[in-house]
Amino acid sequence: MPYEVVIGLEVHAQLLTASKLFCGCSTAFGAAANTQTCPVCLGMPGVLPVINGKAVEFAIRTGLALNCTVAPMNRFARKNYFYPDLPKGYQISQYELPICEHGWLEIGHNGTPKRVRIRRAHLEEDAGKNLHQGIAGASHVDLNRAGTPLLEIVTEPDMRTPDEAIAYLKMLRDILVYLEVCDGNMEEGSLRCEPNLSLRPVGSPTLGTKVELKNINSFKYAKAAMEYEIKRQTKVLDEGGTLVQETRLWNPEKKETAPMRSKEEAHDYRYFPDPDLVPLHISKEWIEQIRGTLRELLDARKNRLKEQFGLSDYSVDVLASDKKFLEYFEKCAAEDKSGLSKIEVGKELANCITIEFRGLARKMNSRAGFEQSNTPLPLRHPDSSEYGEIWQGTLIPAKNLMELVAMKLRGEISGPIYKAVLEEMFFSRGKTASEIIEAKGLTQVSDEGSLEKFIDEVIAKNPQQVEQYRGGKEAVYGFFVGQVMKASGGKANPAKVNELLKRKLTQ
Amino acid sequence: MSLHRLTLSELQQEFSEAKVSAVEIAQAFSKRLALVEPKVKAFISPAKKETLLAEAKAIDLKLRGWRRTSPLMAMPIAIKDNICTEGVKTTCGSRMLETFVPPYDATVVSRFRSQDYFLIGKTNLDEFAMGSSTENSAFGPTRNPWNQAHIPGGSSGGSAAAVAADLCVAALGSDTGGSIRQPAACCGVVGLKPTYGRVSRYGLVAFASSLDQIGTLTKDVRDAAMLLKVIAGHDPQDSTSADVVVPDYSKSLKTSMRGMKVGVPKEFFTDGMDPEVEQAVRAAIEQMKDLKAEIKEISLPMTKYAVAVYYVIATAEASSNLARYDGVRYGVRAAKEKGLLEMYTKTRQEGFGAEVKRRIMLGTYALSAGYYEAYYGKAQAVRTLIKRDFDEAFKEVDIIVTPTMPTPAFQLGEKVQDPLQMYLSDIFTISVNLAGVPAIAVPCGLSAARLPIGVQIIGRAFEEEKVLRAAYAYEQATEWHKKRPGLSW
Repeated sequence: MPYEVVIGLEVHAQLLTASKLFCGCSTAFGAAANTQTCPVCLGMPGVLPVINGKAVEFAIRTGLALNCTVAPMNRFARKNYFYPDLPKGYQISQYELPICEHGWLEIGHNGTPKRVRIRRAHLEEDAGKNLHQGIAGASHVDLNRAGTPLLEIVTEPDMRTPDEAIAYLKMLRDILVYLEVCDGNMEEGSLRCEPNLSLRPVGSPTLGTKVELKNINSFKYAKAAMEYEIKRQTKVLDEGGTLVQETRLWNPEKKETAPMRSKEEAHDYRYFPDPDLVPLHISKEWIEQIRGTLRELLDARKNRLKEQFGLSDYSVDVLASDKKFLEYFEKCAAEDKSGLSKIEVGKELANCITIEFRGLARKMNSRAGFEQSNTPLPLRHPDSSEYGEIWQGTLIPAKNLMELVAMKLRGEISGPIYKAVLEEMFFSRGKTASEIIEAKGLTQVSDEGSLEKFIDEVIAKNPQQVEQYRGGKEAVYGFFVGQVMKASGGKANPAKVNELLKRKLTQ
Repeated sequence: MSLHRLTLSELQQEFSEAKVSAVEIAQAFSKRLALVEPKVKAFISPAKKETLLAEAKAIDLKLRGWRRTSPLMAMPIAIKDNICTEGVKTTCGSRMLETFVPPYDATVVSRFRSQDYFLIGKTNLDEFAMGSSTENSAFGPTRNPWNQAHIPGGSSGGSAAAVAADLCVAALGSDTGGSIRQPAACCGVVGLKPTYGRVSRYGLVAFASSLDQIGTLTKDVRDAAMLLKVIAGHDPQDSTSADVVVPDYSKSLKTSMRGMKVGVPKEFFTDGMDPEVEQAVRAAIEQMKDLKAEIKEISLPMTKYAVAVYYVIATAEASSNLARYDGVRYGVRAAKEKGLLEMYTKTRQEGFGAEVKRRIMLGTYALSAGYYEAYYGKAQAVRTLIKRDFDEAFKEVDIIVTPTMPTPAFQLGEKVQDPLQMYLSDIFTISVNLAGVPAIAVPCGLSAARLPIGVQIIGRAFEEEKVLRAAYAYEQATEWHKKRPGLSW
């Protein structure tokens, strides 16, 4: 029987506030266990939560970008359950009155726009982490993460394929990153996604039994888990079986999903309004003020890039995958004083950032000791962690990179020298193209005397090819250029070489 | 001069005028503690004499050049053991927290500390403030200084007994359903529960967050006004604390009640009430009439549901508030447990007493899926109606006068086996917490058995001034606050 797939997504986005949701502790990642804690996030007796205004602002900002209604009055609730990583024995979340509701996001999957409705987005605190390594037979708890602000964004069951779900997820991630409310890092868990998936006979108006998928920390796994689940559910239904509503964990090694132990989900959370926090009243003025400061959204920005610089979809997508990255591109472009067309400059610059940097990042990862240097916040490529620190390249001052790109575009340096200089700039940080060229003796050879000497040598060494060229086989021409460049160690001015070479060959 | 007999304002005056030194105060109260505390057992952790003397010497030294005193400097104040004191054990009367030493002060305590007060000790209470007799303490009951066979009331029984027995000059308690006012009535002292939100709850170990409020137990109304001034006011660490100006309460104290309209709710004077209590409270109302107050009968029809509503809301909140005592991070943990679930269950079985467990179970049930609306939802709805009763009444009157407790203090052990009878000890005080309004209990008589009786004065939210003014006028017109337990020891 043909089935229709129905998918809804729950996404937990860790908000980029400096401090936790209900206390002043730092939210920085990677500190020694339990060093970023205080009586409040440790759940000690008698302490009280105080809401972090910044987290509320971020929730509103996101809600507005997702076309949500921001509730003028919303409220925190306690979700009660016991677990060692949950210090108070309850999680402060929002239940019947979330901060944002009734939004939507338009995904442009396969060229056809589709609207995914957003049911709600609510604020809640994260739990800590149980650690099972160290002393045998014991578990430890790290509460650094306990109390970190999360925004849970829940869609309606509006997606029909895993690809649509991934398109939504990527778009949501892009928006969160753009809004500077979340770093979008799935591997580190600052963006977590839990698909709800069910099947129903094509044409059926009622929803089938849904399964919630957990333990997904990349787009790749999200897709694989959903595809696996479709196959599994199809099989069960085709064989006349019935599905159970359950939570299943994705196992990336086995590439399959397995049910969570039912004990772990047999919770009655006993939600009730948290009496320690007063209802959150959000004024119209505040909402409008936040709306006013909303950054230009992704689509508008992508379109502008395409129009202004004639960039390809690929370049735009890669550039748009990280806000810092895109800003870097724009900063470089703004330094352009070459007089060349914007489209010419844009393309070269985009190539440099999206292709050359990637190659250099690979090289960098294999360079011993480099990671110990004071690398800034690593930027990531959205599809992979392979280029973990690819955007190290953005350390090259914009002005310097533009200078180099313009040199290349004007033909002042050859391709090989361009690459050599770029690499040097990438690793040296701060040196300008001219400095590197000078220091390495890479200055272009343009004087006719020297160039003629190279050309004469090449012509003398290759009489057969000279014969062919003169006999009308123009394809050989490129061979001579290559030889001359090689002879000059890549330093010859290609334009000058062209001019002289043509003259000499036709003589 | 017996320093321990003085009120807070009297002792403060003696001290600021250098008639007594901090060391003399410390010595006097240490001696009193040694003599009387073994019979009353008001404290879980009484201050050590050496600690008090060291603090006292430091204060006297500090004042040698310029005698600049703050109001609570060198004043021996007792603090209920569910209010956190940095570096001093805070047990909540529970095995669960028997060894717990908070690394922080409650906001009220840090205000006291900044004035160089003496922490004379942490007082006994019903475990996690759940009870009306202080018999639910894991560390044994406190005795009523008026009669050692009787309860001191609860849950702030230790604080009330400590004030009544002159073991301290004043004390802090907490009041969720009457836990300051009811023991104040039992022990013949003044107990003030401020408006919900008037005093920061930061550092008060939560029982029922929407009802809990810190307040004072003092020897007279003037002292209550003075202490309230220190502890009241907005605290950024407590979102539910109100940002409302704190007046100088002492200035509101007047000896006349002229112009005040006093409501007497008919529902609070029912058939079968204790005749001695009724007589004493009626006499107090007559006294107020003599003080030129206008007396008016009013009705609070919904308050008959108060006890039922309270035992749903308070237990529901408690079931969640007490979830943190799981043996993972602090407090006791059951030994030799196998696995997580067993560690949780054993820890909580062993760490909590019977009444606490009873309330956790009640509250868990009230919040459970399928029962939430019928219990918690309904209770919240009725709570709103009770609050509305008070709003309506306060359109006509300035204050409401009622008994504090249905009977004088009963005997130790008398109601231990009957939780419902025990719950009814708070029948007159509970609705005040549900409405969030301020109230004070003031001594208004002695029974034939020489046990104190208290009258309760209730006011509008944030109108503690009127409550204090009425209480002061009444108190000054009578001698009840000067009566002391006939301490035969």
